[in-house]
Amino acid sequence: MELILTDLSRYVIALLMGMYTYWGFMGFAAKKKTRNRIIRRQRSLMYLFHFVGHGVIYLNTGDVKILGIYICELAYFVGSQILFQKIFSEENMPLVTQIHMLFSISLSMLVRLDFDIAKRQFVYMIIGTVLAAGMPWLLKHMKNLSTDGWFYSVLGVIMLLLVMMFGTTKYGAKNWLIIGGVSLQLSEFVKVLFVLSFAGLFATESLAFKSILKMSAMAAAFVGVLVLEKDLGGALIFFICYLFMLFVATGKWSYLLEGFLAGTGASMVAYFLFGHVRTRVLAWRDPWGTIDNQGYQVAQSLFAIGTGGWFGMGLTAGLPKTVPIRESDFIFAVISEEMGAVFAICIVLIYLCCFIWMINIAMRVNDMFGKYLVVGYSVILLFQTFLTLGGVTKFIPSTGVTLPLVSYGGSSVLGTMIMFGVLMGVNVNEQRMVNDNAGQVAEETKD
Amino acid sequence: MIMQVKWLKKQKTEEPENVVVQTQDNIVRGGNREIIAVTYIFMALFAGLLAYFLYFMIVSRKDVINNSYNQRQKVLAERTVRGKIYASDKTVLAETVQKNGKETRNYPFGREFCHVVGHSTEGKTGVELMENFNLLTSNDNLMTNMQKMLNGEKTIGDNVVTTLDVNLQKVAYNALGNFRGAVIVSEPKTGKVLAMVSKPDYDPNPSYLNPNWETLTKNSDDSSKLLNRATQGLYPPGSTFKMFTALEYMRQHEDYKKFSYSCVGKEVQDGYTVNCFMNHVHGVQSLKQAFANSCNSCFAYLGTQLDVKSFRKDADSWYFNTKLPTSFVNKPSSFVLNGESNKEEVMHTSMGQGKTQITPLHLNMFTSAVANGGSMMKSYVVDHLESNNGKIVRTNKPKKVATVIEETEAEKLTSFMKEVVKSGTATSLSYLSYSVAGKTGSAEYDSTKASHAWFTGFAPANDPKISVTVIVESMGTGSEYAVPIAKKIYQAYLGN
Repeated sequence: MELILTDLSRYVIALLMGMYTYWGFMGFAAKKKTRNRIIRRQRSLMYLFHFVGHGVIYLNTGDVKILGIYICELAYFVGSQILFQKIFSEENMPLVTQIHMLFSISLSMLVRLDFDIAKRQFVYMIIGTVLAAGMPWLLKHMKNLSTDGWFYSVLGVIMLLLVMMFGTTKYGAKNWLIIGGVSLQLSEFVKVLFVLSFAGLFATESLAFKSILKMSAMAAAFVGVLVLEKDLGGALIFFICYLFMLFVATGKWSYLLEGFLAGTGASMVAYFLFGHVRTRVLAWRDPWGTIDNQGYQVAQSLFAIGTGGWFGMGLTAGLPKTVPIRESDFIFAVISEEMGAVFAICIVLIYLCCFIWMINIAMRVNDMFGKYLVVGYSVILLFQTFLTLGGVTKFIPSTGVTLPLVSYGGSSVLGTMIMFGVLMGVNVNEQRMVNDNAGQVAEETKD
Repeated sequence: MIMQVKWLKKQKTEEPENVVVQTQDNIVRGGNREIIAVTYIFMALFAGLLAYFLYFMIVSRKDVINNSYNQRQKVLAERTVRGKIYASDKTVLAETVQKNGKETRNYPFGREFCHVVGHSTEGKTGVELMENFNLLTSNDNLMTNMQKMLNGEKTIGDNVVTTLDVNLQKVAYNALGNFRGAVIVSEPKTGKVLAMVSKPDYDPNPSYLNPNWETLTKNSDDSSKLLNRATQGLYPPGSTFKMFTALEYMRQHEDYKKFSYSCVGKEVQDGYTVNCFMNHVHGVQSLKQAFANSCNSCFAYLGTQLDVKSFRKDADSWYFNTKLPTSFVNKPSSFVLNGESNKEEVMHTSMGQGKTQITPLHLNMFTSAVANGGSMMKSYVVDHLESNNGKIVRTNKPKKVATVIEETEAEKLTSFMKEVVKSGTATSLSYLSYSVAGKTGSAEYDSTKASHAWFTGFAPANDPKISVTVIVESMGTGSEYAVPIAKKIYQAYLGN
């Protein structure tokens, strides 16, 4: 009986996810009223998926703890929806819905993989939610966020240097700091600072060549330290983020082009200088020939995705134990194995959907600082997603970064939620300003 | 996607004043136009990612998941009964049967098909390996499968229909007798493998295989019973390599028809000597005669007249030093001459000795390409997959992989190979009612032991139906040991 339900659930889950994604894109073209209806529909689909996912896992394991965490999660989704709606207004509900959908995917998968990890991830999500909710207040009350750019970037580099000196190595990269038994991936938070500082600099400093040179040197310091820590994915994310922010701020294609050339050159140098870069490239080019060592991770990931097929093996019916780093870097492979490629493709589309909403926010902001903040965070989130998905599917060499909001990891969840909080906070403040102006105009005309 | 683009455009036209913003310090700062550009760049990245993902799922997935490192077959085997493997006429070659309530894999022909069909209880080999996941995937009627799942029964996996010909396989198996070696029979026009034998052999049935597994893998008598010599055995090609040398000589020398060589039983150059077989003196030889009589001295001389660099380049294009285009697990043949090789090596390599090594499968594929006007076909053994209720799941079509030689070159080589049968080393095939084109070889590998006997060829020469490649290990000459085996196969398939 469980077997046939598990088997059926594969199609149900794919269908729910397909409909959810479809409505996600329909939301763009819709007017405000229809948009609200669409969001209600998406939320229902999200709750249904969450129910089916946890239900199937419960049926197969018979573990009552799963029912307990399901109810807690349900309470969290309802509660955080009300909280977010209050703080971020209706305007941002499409993004909030996407966040919740990604969370529910993450929780379903992690509950299936390892209950304790899921429990911890759930706690991180709650903390992340609170942090995100605080962002609009922070943006409103910290007046010199935009003018202290240099300070934040120096602070960011110092944080990275601390990791380099006192950090611990995990999965080949020295990017973990253990403080009082809590292991932190500080670079996740440095990302937040990085964008904050350069958004401020681009908005307030001169954009003459000399000034740009100075800022680029600062950005290079971040990237350099990360390369030394062997955190290549991180280095690449910071680099790309800076490049696109620079491009948006200056409007000069030449910077983008030169940046890419410089980046390509630097990658080549890194390839010849560092053994671990060559390892990644080797594993990418021929994981089958090196399946016993370098190629192991990617090969196992492709086995999982490939064997899962279009509709997956069904939750709990796969063999995720063979996939290394399955809870974080390679979670996409495990999801694809058990819930299918159709579901996995929908996840990719959901991230694109998020990105378009963020760009939407960026384009409507009049304040340059806010605009660059939003651009920076959206580029970081989307590029990081690209690196993970590309690495797991062997589209590009694996760089070992997390899938935002889905991968297990406290630092990753908190950092990402702060970014989402700032993004939506910028939008909320913009709305308030527009409303205030409108109110003033209305009052003036009254006089 | 189109919708999003439209939407972005709408955004753009709604707020044109935002595109470039003039700030207090009179610096022009970028804005929405750049943001749209960034959006498009990322859209393109993700479009690439999605396209790649779809390509993986549709095309490369099947090969990837069949890898023996993929442990998920155990999961599948718990849900699905492994499908059957059939010969081309639907004779069962492998099936899973219930025995005392336990599943066991049964191979009705035992040793006769052991290497090509393979086994599945101690790791997987042969077709069992190639189609491992398809055998464990059920495309049976959906309602039937649902019913089975509800009842807690296993579904029935898909069946594999091979291109193998039971009668031909038996003839080849018996013809090779107690010799060590291999036989491959294939269809030149399609690349279908009709028979494939390797000896010594083993019984793939679990009742024999499982208790004897340790002795089989220990390999103390270096008999390598588990090795499929047809696809993975690397042998010196001996005189069969003269096909390649002759071809290369004709490529490099347009006036090859005027070529003449006076054989005195040996060829000496720079102090290096090459002898003809049994020091036989062949006298004055044209290229064709030297080929038909397999004159070593002449071919050693020919080698010294070749530009070795182009020879190497051509050899690579004939699939030396690279993986063969086939679904069989195979070892790449090697041809190591290069610009720096010394004369002795060049002379030995040109007549088929030296460091060159070739698999019988490779030689068979090349022979088939000659028979097929120069077009090499992908060599395959699985014709199609069908579900338990007879629905065809996937069909493998003949696939041309490359034009390895020109059509005119194929014709020339064919006439040379016909001469071998007419007046040369394989005259015992000339009494058949159709003409055979072929080449023999006697490959020396150890001066104290008898040579490996080779034959490779196709028939009928004017309309090739089958090509046959035979190797008999350390017994003697190709004429004496390999040709009779090929003859039995031609007779069985094409009559006397």
